[in-house]
Amino acid sequence: MFEAIAFYLFAALTITMFTITVMTSQALYAITAMAAGMIFISAFFFILGADFLGAIQIIVYTGAVMALYAFGMMFFDTTRDVVEKRTNPQIVFVLGVLAAVMVVAIFVAPIVSNNIQALYPIQEGVGNSQAVGMVLFTKYLVPFELAAVMLLVAMIGGIVLAGKKMDKSLTLMKEEEIGLMDDTFEPKAGGH
Amino acid sequence: MDVAFIIETIIKIVVILLVFSALAGLGTYFERKVLAFMQRRLGPMHVGPFGLLQVAADGIKLFTKEDIIPQNVVKPIFKIAPVITAATAFMAAAAIPFWPQFTVMGYTVHPIVADINVGILYVLGVMAIGLYGPLLGGMASANKWSLISAARSAAIFISYEVITGLSLLAPLMMVGSLSLIDINNYQAGGITHWIVWSQPVAFILFWIAAFAETGRTPFHLVANDHEIIDGFGTEYSGMRWGLFFIGEYANMFFISFVIAIIFLGGFGDGSIAGAFQLLLKVAFFFFFFLWTRAAWPDVRPDQLMWLCWKVLMPIAVINIVITGIVMMF
Repeated sequence: MFEAIAFYLFAALTITMFTITVMTSQALYAITAMAAGMIFISAFFFILGADFLGAIQIIVYTGAVMALYAFGMMFFDTTRDVVEKRTNPQIVFVLGVLAAVMVVAIFVAPIVSNNIQALYPIQEGVGNSQAVGMVLFTKYLVPFELAAVMLLVAMIGGIVLAGKKMDKSLTLMKEEEIGLMDDTFEPKAGGH
Repeated sequence: MDVAFIIETIIKIVVILLVFSALAGLGTYFERKVLAFMQRRLGPMHVGPFGLLQVAADGIKLFTKEDIIPQNVVKPIFKIAPVITAATAFMAAAAIPFWPQFTVMGYTVHPIVADINVGILYVLGVMAIGLYGPLLGGMASANKWSLISAARSAAIFISYEVITGLSLLAPLMMVGSLSLIDINNYQAGGITHWIVWSQPVAFILFWIAAFAETGRTPFHLVANDHEIIDGFGTEYSGMRWGLFFIGEYANMFFISFVIAIIFLGGFGDGSIAGAFQLLLKVAFFFFFFLWTRAAWPDVRPDQLMWLCWKVLMPIAVINIVITGIVMMF
């Protein structure tokens, strides 16, 4: 009974939160609702007994959404509504509905055709994190390592892009030096 | 799921809430007194004996003060931000074993609300959500100082979290479990079995990260005291402002428990002496928070990020690699 109550409560909360994320035109509401929705999703993992994934969901998404807040702070006045530029609402509507239908079809198709099997049944006497580790380092080793390499590539790319002129500090420079730097600081062929 | 279990859990939750709300209030008194003695002052003296009732006076003031919501703020988020800080601090406490289990009138009590087998991950994850309070409060306040303060809290968050995780990884590799009770039992053999002797580097790193996590001096950047005004709390008044403080002080107590359990043996073998030792260790770590505040200035946000990413993170990674090599051979 408790599971059912908790499931419906968190299902309603999650759907409400993500609806707010999509429908609101205020950046602060959208990001906050998304953070809340991501944290509420962890409740489903806890209900299913996957404590490890639940805790990881909380840790990963609080950090990830925090980065979104940083961008939101830089790009928007978060206390005002964002005026969206809608040039062609029909296309947006059609594409949105199509994407939603496709996602539902992808997830419903295996359930409808009864084609889901648990390939790695739960082992008795093995903790949650150990079970995740076993599957991760046997069956899913290659995707796991590939993901790690991709993250490494992204990190190196980020450092290379952001690391130019990192040793120079604008606060320590004189006005003339900054003026001289401006010419070299701009990209050569208007690459904005 | 029987009725006795539900009643027991509810009683535990209420006790933890009451004890640590009261301790959070007393924590402000301890902080004032300790800071005062270190700065050769007397601290609060006028309300009650040795100023002890100052806590009650502050409480009455906070509860009865008008709750002002300024005009241009984003109201729902402005209102909910302090609740996030206070609530997540107490939610994190659900997986902390405060005492060894004891028997009262033939009934064994486990002083932990939920013994989930990923305890430490849960505690740190939920504690980390607490920084959303300053962030949201600052961003919703429609005040430039608050907004800058929110930006600093985001900077702190993305800096310290890596250190917390990586520094904990090495001791967790040795224990082989994420449950705080298993970690405690691993060190049950006495003072020579404490993880701090085999993982001193991880201990120091985690301790430093704990200062950033609770937002205490020298990482008290969120509410930058040098600006005279109170950072994210500028627009807050009354109990909403008080909730930020309850959250901060409760977090200090809980992180002290976590450090003591992971690195300093926790409650040991579960005897009464062990239980009181745990309280002494927690008291020491809490005192150390106040001591640091009296002795050190704050660092700048860029210094904190430099410290976390360029100094502490490589040390933590090297520590993990060395631990792994030692464990393999």
